[in-house]
Amino acid sequence: MTALLSIENLTVEYAIGGKTLSAVSGVSLQVGRGETLGLVGESGCGKSTLGRAVLQLRRPTAGKVTFDGTELTGIDGEAMRRMRRRLQLIFQDPIASLNPRRCVGDIVAEPLIIAGIKDKAERAARVREVLTAVGLDADLVTGRLPHEFSGGQCQRISIARALILEPQFVICDEPVSALDVSIRAQILNLLEDMKRRYGLTLLFIAHDLAVVKAVSDRIAVMYLGKLCEVAPSEQLFRRPAHPYTALLLEAIPVPDPTVRPAANLVVGEPPSPLDPPSGCRFRTRCPRADARCASEVPKLREINAGQFVACHHPLTN
Amino acid sequence: MDTALLSVEAVSVVLPTPRGPLKAVDAVDLSLAPGRTLGVVGESGCGKTMLSRAILQLLPKRAKLDGRVMFNGRDLAALQPEALRRLRGPELAVVFQDPMTSLNPVLTIGTQLVETMQAHLGLDSAAAAKRGAELLAEVGIPAPEQRLRQYPHQLSGGMRQRVAIAIALSCEPKLLIADEPTTALDVTVQAQILDLLAREQRRRHMAMIIITHDLGVVAGRTDEVAVMYAGRVVERAPTPQLFAHMRMPYTEALLAAIPKLDAPPHTTLPAIAGRPPDPTRPLPGCSFAPRCRYADDRCQGAKPPLADPERAGALYACWHPL
Repeated sequence: MTALLSIENLTVEYAIGGKTLSAVSGVSLQVGRGETLGLVGESGCGKSTLGRAVLQLRRPTAGKVTFDGTELTGIDGEAMRRMRRRLQLIFQDPIASLNPRRCVGDIVAEPLIIAGIKDKAERAARVREVLTAVGLDADLVTGRLPHEFSGGQCQRISIARALILEPQFVICDEPVSALDVSIRAQILNLLEDMKRRYGLTLLFIAHDLAVVKAVSDRIAVMYLGKLCEVAPSEQLFRRPAHPYTALLLEAIPVPDPTVRPAANLVVGEPPSPLDPPSGCRFRTRCPRADARCASEVPKLREINAGQFVACHHPLTN
Repeated sequence: MDTALLSVEAVSVVLPTPRGPLKAVDAVDLSLAPGRTLGVVGESGCGKTMLSRAILQLLPKRAKLDGRVMFNGRDLAALQPEALRRLRGPELAVVFQDPMTSLNPVLTIGTQLVETMQAHLGLDSAAAAKRGAELLAEVGIPAPEQRLRQYPHQLSGGMRQRVAIAIALSCEPKLLIADEPTTALDVTVQAQILDLLAREQRRRHMAMIIITHDLGVVAGRTDEVAVMYAGRVVERAPTPQLFAHMRMPYTEALLAAIPKLDAPPHTTLPAIAGRPPDPTRPLPGCSFAPRCRYADDRCQGAKPPLADPERAGALYACWHPL
């Protein structure tokens, strides 16, 4: 599989009150053509910042992002604007990400106008086509405003807007976490359908491991700006190597009363990213941590075919 | 089973809206014994939060409540505001979803914790402060004396929810209602908060209602589950029984729509088509019928009652149970 997107040593820093916050520090990842890569982590781990930095919505402090042979980190604004036809983003809050004063037809057609498609009839035809593809009745929805729709329908509209330029790569940033369970399944299935239909490559960012597994070929786990583990989804669930991955898996509430919740499996909360622990950033909550973890930053290394882990004491040893 | 501490009898809540009256809760009956935990599960708009507000008598002013909320032998709906105020804290307490908005941002943690105990338990400020620090330690907050002097924004989301739980527990309530207590929290913190609630519930022999949209949250941590849809309880059973044999097609569909951890990637999820009905336009028959694959003419025409025809201790509202 050739990489469509390649991220090398990416660092994104924010200046906060005289301090530097490394939201993403030294992350390297590749996403293969046609692949869905899941990116998981808790709030504040840097997963959304990473997604934004890929699209150059937030310029990285250091590192490279290469998309289909073009280094995005090196090109100017105008070139990036043309590039955005091929890279799109779907946000978490489907209602807030749609302009409340514009009708759905205009919202979905906007990317076409920006891309310079001047023929009104062509735009209308493409809007109709993509709205139908996401399961909406184009006749009924184009003239209406976002507030007339439910959260699930608004997310369908957002997906239509992201797909209308037929991008190659879509970043989905928590696309279903604001939705109810029954609607969430509809949207996850729709994303899978759209991926097949448009031949998409996806970066799927979410905090819910079960949701991520449902759509991802590989999963990357992030903690405080760094990658802990990257592995094929099945492998990650069957034999997690990083203690943090194992913890995330155990913490998922299982809808089965015969599975007793693991008691007291974790202590504490993630430390402040403004003042991350030395060495391994997870060590303050890790049951396996020792002196080496405090002094030496673990490197991401391959321990099984395709399974990479950044840990001095991985669980499979 | 003990006698009921709480019994909700034919409670309905109607809210006026520009589109006409909205029946948020439709003739709900529930009962809860001391020391037991009830899970109320449903999706947004199903009426689960309005039901909890009806129990707590915290409904919006324009809402109209019918039915009785019997708590410890008294009808809460008939009590005067002053009598209710005395009940809240020592008898009834609540933990809300968002600990940032449920705590006062301009008062310290200590002030908020202590004022409850001073008002209800008559403790002097030194005793209340001492008890406040003990409570924070009990809910797993390190360095409690320092935390008492801090403001909510200085704490993480999980810590804030621990503070909200400490305030709710401070007057030893007989019933704690936790309304989506972990929805705003990360998964590792969610597990800790649910463990904390379960531990305190057992230790204090307190009755608890956990309101959630997540069947996973109620599965391991409740004695009984009530599933709500479009304002009604559509299935109610002891938790193991409910999960072993779901009778109502909605409950089954809700469970099936959750991605399974052991399913391979790219497995198509059995999604529930459509969405809940418009609550201002109630249907004559079963509210779930338009989305149900078992529905027939009878389901469209007549509302199935919540009943236990097999006398198995499991109630359901369906003409074609599974």
